Amino acid sequence: MGLVSRFTTVVKSKMNRLLDRAENPQETLDYAYERQLDSLRQVKQGLVEVTTAKRRLEYQAEKVKADIPKVEEQARQAMTLGREDLARISLQRKQAAILELDGLEQQIGGMELEQDKLAQAEKRLGAKVSAFRTQKELIKAQFTAAEASVRIGEALTGLSEEMADVGSAIDRAQSKTEELRARSAAIDELAEVGLLEDFTQLNDPVGRELAQLSSEQNVEQELQMLRRELPSGK
Amino acid sequence: MIVRILAEGQYTVPSSLLDELNSLDNQLVNSVASEDEAYFRSLYGQIISLVRSQGKELPVEELHPSDVIIPSEDVSFEEARSIFVGEGLLPG
Repeated sequence: MGLVSRFTTVVKSKMNRLLDRAENPQETLDYAYERQLDSLRQVKQGLVEVTTAKRRLEYQAEKVKADIPKVEEQARQAMTLGREDLARISLQRKQAAILELDGLEQQIGGMELEQDKLAQAEKRLGAKVSAFRTQKELIKAQFTAAEASVRIGEALTGLSEEMADVGSAIDRAQSKTEELRARSAAIDELAEVGLLEDFTQLNDPVGRELAQLSSEQNVEQELQMLRRELPSGK
Repeated sequence: MIVRILAEGQYTVPSSLLDELNSLDNQLVNSVASEDEAYFRSLYGQIISLVRSQGKELPVEELHPSDVIIPSEDVSFEEARSIFVGEGLLPG
């Protein structure tokens, strides 16, 4: 059926190249085993990359999340001071932060799926590679070169297929990780120019104006207090 | 008959399932050709659950080539465009 030819052709041709490579099937077996170990190492590496990318996103999500109460407080402060214009800017920032957070959380969920898939792939391939190792030693010990090559054919094809599957899982995870890296970098850049965070710092115009207003208000209040302390009528 | 769902593993399924799989495969090709993503999704869900429900998972330490390989459940429509093309026929 179509499905077979759609997928197995690539795997099988790779396999045949592998079998043709060495004249001695025992060498082929050892070579195939080395390739499998490489494949396993690649899965582990892929898993590390995905985990790192996910952690970075989680860290960014935490930062954006922490900004939300800050801008809310800013908006409240602005309203107390009668500055609806500043409150509006703060609330707009809050909405932007919420949107950003949603996007980040979706990406984190996606990375989690990739992480699970690779972890499963690693487990599966690990079990198959160790089964292959046992069979390989058994075949090397019990059969002549010609017999061995026939015996091992199916096991090797099955395993090559597994390796191709794992390989495509790694490719997918890597391309997703790349996308996330680009996104992370874009977020860092926005943060650097002050569009996403540091709203409450003094270098932010809204924060600065609010701080100034509230310090003016404090000065007025203290003046009032001082006035009341003065002896009356003098 | 052994079916592999990519990124998931291999299942032993009764050979009688081949016709049904082949028919779904043909419909998948049509759904991709007519750019009908919703239909594609529903068909793809059917093919995956058919294999899972009728098949028995192959023990992980067994080494066998698959008779049929299908993409993972979350295959994107973009990816499907390059996979489900041409005739859904038996090879050779």
